[in-house]
Amino acid sequence: MKNRYDAIVIGAGHNGLTNAAYLAKGGLDVLVVEKNDYIGGAAVSRELHEGWIYSNCSYVCSLLRQTIHRDLDLTRHGLMIVPYNGTTNFARDGNYVAEYPDHAMQYREIKRHSLRDADAMHRYNTDLMRYAKLIRHFLLRTPADPTSFKPRDLGELLFMGKKFAGMGEDQVYEFIRFMTMSAGDFLDEYFENDLVKALYSTSSIIGTALGVYSPGTAYVLLHHVMGDVDGAVGAWGLARGGMGAISDAIAGALREHGGEIRTSAPVEQIIVREGRAVGVALDSGEEIHADIVVSNLDPKRTFTVIMDRKDIPADLRKKAEHFKIRGSSGKVNIALTGAPDFPSLPKEHALRHGSFQFLDSMERMERAYDDWKHGRWSDDPFIEMTQSSMWDPTIAAPGNYFVSCFIQYCPAEVEGGWTPEKRDAFGETVIDQICNYSPNFRDLIAHMEVRTPWEIENEIGLTEGNIFQGELTIDQLMFNRPFPGYSQYRGPVKGMYMCGSGTHPGGGVSSACGANSAREILRDLRRPNVVPEDDVDE
Amino acid sequence: MSKPHDIVIIGGGHNGLVCAAYLAKAGRKVLVLEAGSQAGGLGATREFAPGFRASVADTLPQLGRQLVRELELERHGFRLAAEALPTLALSTSTDPITITPDGLLGASAADTASYQSYLQLMQKFAKAINPFWHKRPPVLGSGGLKDAATLGQFGWNLRTLGKTDMREMMRMIALPAQDLMDEFFDSPELKAALSWDANLGSKLAPRSPNNAVLALLYRMSGDLSAGLPLPRGGTGGLIDALAAAARSHGAELRMDSPVARVTVELGRVTGVELASGKTIEAHHVVSNADPKTSFFKLLGARHLDVQFTHRIDRLRTDGYVAKLHLALKRLPRFTALEIPQGRLLLTPDMGFIENAYDAAKYGGYAKELPMAVLLPSLFDDSLAPQGQHVLSAQVQYAPYAVKGGWGAHRDAFLENVMASLERYAPDIRDCVVASELLTPADLEQQFNVTGGHWHHAEFALDNWWMNRPTYGASQYCTPVPGFYLCGAGAHPGGGIMGAAGRNAARAILEVK
Repeated sequence: MKNRYDAIVIGAGHNGLTNAAYLAKGGLDVLVVEKNDYIGGAAVSRELHEGWIYSNCSYVCSLLRQTIHRDLDLTRHGLMIVPYNGTTNFARDGNYVAEYPDHAMQYREIKRHSLRDADAMHRYNTDLMRYAKLIRHFLLRTPADPTSFKPRDLGELLFMGKKFAGMGEDQVYEFIRFMTMSAGDFLDEYFENDLVKALYSTSSIIGTALGVYSPGTAYVLLHHVMGDVDGAVGAWGLARGGMGAISDAIAGALREHGGEIRTSAPVEQIIVREGRAVGVALDSGEEIHADIVVSNLDPKRTFTVIMDRKDIPADLRKKAEHFKIRGSSGKVNIALTGAPDFPSLPKEHALRHGSFQFLDSMERMERAYDDWKHGRWSDDPFIEMTQSSMWDPTIAAPGNYFVSCFIQYCPAEVEGGWTPEKRDAFGETVIDQICNYSPNFRDLIAHMEVRTPWEIENEIGLTEGNIFQGELTIDQLMFNRPFPGYSQYRGPVKGMYMCGSGTHPGGGVSSACGANSAREILRDLRRPNVVPEDDVDE
Repeated sequence: MSKPHDIVIIGGGHNGLVCAAYLAKAGRKVLVLEAGSQAGGLGATREFAPGFRASVADTLPQLGRQLVRELELERHGFRLAAEALPTLALSTSTDPITITPDGLLGASAADTASYQSYLQLMQKFAKAINPFWHKRPPVLGSGGLKDAATLGQFGWNLRTLGKTDMREMMRMIALPAQDLMDEFFDSPELKAALSWDANLGSKLAPRSPNNAVLALLYRMSGDLSAGLPLPRGGTGGLIDALAAAARSHGAELRMDSPVARVTVELGRVTGVELASGKTIEAHHVVSNADPKTSFFKLLGARHLDVQFTHRIDRLRTDGYVAKLHLALKRLPRFTALEIPQGRLLLTPDMGFIENAYDAAKYGGYAKELPMAVLLPSLFDDSLAPQGQHVLSAQVQYAPYAVKGGWGAHRDAFLENVMASLERYAPDIRDCVVASELLTPADLEQQFNVTGGHWHHAEFALDNWWMNRPTYGASQYCTPVPGFYLCGAGAHPGGGIMGAAGRNAARAILEVK
């Protein structure tokens, strides 16, 4: 087998594939090495039960940059994003509040609960959208190093400053405030009804080891509305054929540009000689050489597992050890033989096709967080349930259903360690919770896959099963992501780069990290840039 | 009809007195109106049992020499009873760790070494940020030279930290206390003790991001002494000196004069109306009260636009600290401690603090409560009869809005506090002759502070500097001409420091 390339990307997650695709497009001879026998990392479609296709990690899509979608021609490579809508949030007493795509419907829905909140919704949406539009400017750009006096960094700071100032002076103060406060406090400022607040609060802690009342979670809320589906900012969609369709389409683009992928090829170490990366050593003992080595793994794994202590500065090793990548979520993927019944919703109601969550109040969510703090999964877990097959007929046969349940919170470590029994007990807790709202749910289960942070870490390689490759807190965002001084995708040795979600702009199936990283690599190689930079939709 | 006063200050808290003293010193005619019978507000030292006196705040870590010098407070009787109290991280099983300005005593070698690098780094950060506590916060779009200079200096101070430290500061500023402590130390008691000041007075706990380092740096802003300075006569000793300084420059202080409202005509402040119905005319009215009281109760929302009203209304003002004062007939015995000389932290680990917070955030309170304990009478014989003592404890967390109201919970809460104290001082109950528990509800009722919040409004990164209390009032002036803020709700915030009062005075003196 060929053992010399221009560049090697470690990990065939969507960011690794994007990175490789752009490097190949830029004219490099690229190889992606992947430890699993399938590609996609956490964006996969897998037939875990015959007849059902599981998006068993990430399950919905909004952050994928439209610019990249177009630029890599992903539609031609088979990608189709189907927008979905209609989230219903159930209360224990049978009441519910829903999110409708239609604005007037939404107003009436919130008004059922509180007239004041219905009016506040306009303000809330306007404010959040304003922040989303601002932050979107920075997604496909490399963060400036605020300690640098290089013209490029100063220019980037100026760019940021201009965009900030463009919001108007008042809004600059509001944004500073927003970025540092808690989602709970933020929502309390707009809404009075517990169920309404609960509906909007859920995005603020997804994948995050914090509670709704922890400062900094307002940003996480924003992180979940800054994406779009076909330009509809804040909307979410499903990849037809499962999330693996995204990885497959990017891999298609990569192959078209001449790149290669090798699966079942776990990397043992990045080889560093005389202060520069020269290739990778596989677990099999095989060495593959390249002047450019890019890690799509999370920063902790990159710098504490596949790089030798002696090859990196001591302070970087320490930074990687301190890096916050906390497991806080679980996943239960379920194949159903019929449609689950939710008696609270009228028969044939359109909301039955949407997604569901079960949260009376932010307090309930905060209590689940308290359980997590004590190292146990909550017996009253928060669940976001997406009925993927309602919108995508390709993933289950007619009459059958696939639902993806995201659970917050689930600790990475439980007392005595995770065992298959504990994992199943966690799964049962989730099913029990669903059955509180859907009595026939359990009888319909044909197969289910329960994934605690332990499974996610061991299968995909995300440390602690953290879905974002690192907490989205200010100390790990923008120029602090993953570590101060390393936010421009370059590693500690020449020729070594990072391209995972642990880099700016962070987690989610966005492809932005991989694209930004490729742009920096091409820049270092003094090759023409082929990576889109501007991501402005207006 | 008497001649209008130049300036009326509502509230004789320490910031009101500082503001009065500076304005009077600059030759302005100042009248301070205090609702209570005693000046000082939350800074007053009060007799809580016959012969026993205590103040809500104990030590003065944030007070600066500059203020003492400029107002000649020593000439007016201000003295320290103790220069530099250490903080002791107590354990029920082993010897305490003593945190002194020079380093740790009784800690492991690794922690002792780490503390030096931690302290060095924090001191460097504190030095970079210190000037800004004593300056008016800038306004971004003002185009004013002063604001541009403040922003420029801020940038310069950060840059001159050097690349490595500047990067560390921008990262660490967002860390929760728990992550910060975990990066440096091993000992659970030490970590808990050092994290205490990072969240004190706020609805925040060791796991809460975006506040810890800022709060710690704020606590490091004073320079009276390297450790914790303890004023003689409680913080009331400082209050007396401030009042004397203000009077010496010609300011008039009137007690028992609650203000009912601020009078406004044609969009401009004309003076105040007292609860007694009497009106006092003034060109400028300065409020030492918290922002919600100032704008809603004293001024009235009708004089403000809807956006501004909303921004004041959304301030988080629920207090979470209770204060316990015990009159003791003799010195209690603390386990593993000869004499309780210093601030004692009864916090076994950060999880213990977090648990207490978790109970409080739902409107309850924990069975086991973390607290910081001081026996000021060990250093100051003016606070208790000969041979007897005062114990003063800050207890977290006591939610202002406890479910069911404090009337129903006072006894149970006090019992929890005593039981928690007993774990460290087994004979404490035998020593007590009288006690006073001040819940946030008591502080609100007795001192007219909304929510009983020490800082008048949450002290946190989202409510800091240009956003304190909110833009539009962050430079001590308010949207209503002639009406100013000088209390803890304004920059830089709570703590017995006087910076808000001093900054406000300087802002008012600049008004043409």
